[in-house]
Amino acid sequence: MPNFNKTKMITDVTMHYCPGCTHGIIHRLVAEVLEELNINDNAILVAPVGCSVIAYNYFKCDGIEAAHGRAPAVATGVKRVHPNKVVFTYQGDGDLASIGMAETVHVASRNENVTTIFVNNAIYGMTGGQMAPTTLVGQVTTTSPYGRASKNESGPIHIAEMISTIQGPAYVARVSVHDVPNIKKAKEAIKKAFQYQLDGKGYSLVEVLSTCPTNWGMSPVDALKWVKDNMLNVFPLGVYKEEK
Amino acid sequence: MEKKLMKGNVAIAEAAIHAGCKCFFGYPITPQNELIEHMSKRLLKLEDGVFVQSESEVAAINMVFGAAGAGARVMTSSSGPGLSLKQEGISFLAGAELPAVIVNVMRGGPGLGGIQPAQSDYFQATRGGGHGDYYTMVYAPANVQEAVDLVQKAFDKADEYRNPVIILADGVIGQMMEPAEIKDNDNSANYKKDWAVTGKEGSHNILRSLYLDPHELNIHNKNLTKKYEKIEANEIMFETAFIDDADIMIVAYGTTSRIARSAIREAREKGIKVGLFRPITLWPFPLKELKEAAKNTKNVVVAEMSSGQMIYDVKLALEGSKPVSFVGEAGGIIPTTKQILEAIELASKEE
Ligand SMILES: Cc1ncc(C[n+]2csc(CCOP(=O)(O)OP(=O)(O)O)c2C)c(N)n1
Ligand code: SF4
Repeated sequence: MPNFNKTKMITDVTMHYCPGCTHGIIHRLVAEVLEELNINDNAILVAPVGCSVIAYNYFKCDGIEAAHGRAPAVATGVKRVHPNKVVFTYQGDGDLASIGMAETVHVASRNENVTTIFVNNAIYGMTGGQMAPTTLVGQVTTTSPYGRASKNESGPIHIAEMISTIQGPAYVARVSVHDVPNIKKAKEAIKKAFQYQLDGKGYSLVEVLSTCPTNWGMSPVDALKWVKDNMLNVFPLGVYKEEK
Repeated sequence: MEKKLMKGNVAIAEAAIHAGCKCFFGYPITPQNELIEHMSKRLLKLEDGVFVQSESEVAAINMVFGAAGAGARVMTSSSGPGLSLKQEGISFLAGAELPAVIVNVMRGGPGLGGIQPAQSDYFQATRGGGHGDYYTMVYAPANVQEAVDLVQKAFDKADEYRNPVIILADGVIGQMMEPAEIKDNDNSANYKKDWAVTGKEGSHNILRSLYLDPHELNIHNKNLTKKYEKIEANEIMFETAFIDDADIMIVAYGTTSRIARSAIREAREKGIKVGLFRPITLWPFPLKELKEAAKNTKNVVVAEMSSGQMIYDVKLALEGSKPVSFVGEAGGIIPTTKQILEAIELASKEE
């Protein structure tokens, strides 16, 4: 039987994520990929504002903290100065799909050679469970107490679909981490995304469906089931764009 | 480079390149467009040049944040509405202590305002401008040559103090053509940036402005304050003229100081003894120096291309010791020599 080893790219700092939150799984996948692709020694993380704001404490590489939504712009600045380093952003849905939408669209449009890990948990985690642009129709949050779109507003924004319509990006995929087979697929997609950057092909984005048991008001197990039962049909998994 | 006739905006851009700034992010806005255009023309031809026309000023300043964090000498430029959008990033630069040079070629406001020259962003520039307890250094050039020299100095000071520096030029400085000489003045090698994120093997540098523990943030604020005090002690720049025998002192900066000089000449021909005090750094403001210069004068006139903003710093400096009056126009109207002369004559009649 193979030994279980701690990923070298993850520090020993105790993580602050809530028990059962899948941010932890996604961190591990990214760290494993960086290690397997041998880019552990030249990676630069751009952290967002959201629950993963202090992700730089957990990844054993240089890290820079962006203002809310601005990680793609900060990553652009870093990458243009260090074009041979691997630069990646790790962003939530409030960060990437709401306040930072302009930066999100234009980093893809310029086809910056950076990678984005987009954690879609359909809610604002850090600020206590308010509605996100990715919140499902009918989903109750602290600012949609009667369910989203109770007054006929529109439903969630589909980032992977939207970004894949832009001419620029090299690779756009949506994956999920609600069970083991999907976690494996998620890792493959993340690996591909970084490989595209290593090959100088341009922008790559992996949207990862993730849980927020705390603000969804569910046990971690129920939260995983909620992803499967409610998110998968709204946010279909798959590769949306792939440069050959 | 020998002395050449140049537009202020172009001279500022070229001066930055000669100070080792190979990295520029910006968004078009009048009256600074020649600056970003010149940067694109020059930097896109340099092998190590970086030029991005960003999707907004918000994006531009955050690209500046990334490039500054990555260790580069970096600049952005804008005017009024664009500067408002940049305030988020300027606050983050101040918080994470990252060096950058930000040019504001001022136009009239508030709101969309106009595109004619003004000095309407004095408050914004000298009081931090964004959220949180911080200051940026602010240089106010009065001619194209001085703009060149101050931009080059700004890069050194930004690196020395790890702090954003603002070049507060009014629209006249940006649009006017004057002869200027731009020297090679790249001192970047003097500043070791071992704090930068470079993706170096084994490095775990973290650049942040988040301090969730209030005690830790308080210490951070205290350290920033110490830095600002050091800047106040060492970096004040100002100029005086005809001040020794003056009964009246005019305080003006940038283009307005040049109009004030003409008014002073005319007033002296009429036998009124007037002198000039011109702050070159608006933050830190030459408070003690201004009070000292005004010591033997009867009263002080402040001239600005605004509704009156610097006047508050002048009053702060004088601590109520002299009467202070104001002359100025806003909205893109440049005060005339005649107007300033009238203000001088009025002040000379006061007891
Ligand atoms: C300019 C600005 N507006 C608002 C906030 C407050 N804020 C912090 S995190 C956050 C939402 C983050 O949600 P998301 O991006 O979905 O990440 P999650 O916490 O769910 O991982 C907000 C609104 C802020 N820090 N800055
Ligand atoms: S609030 Fe939600 S997203 Fe944030 S750490 Fe907790 S469970 Fe995860």
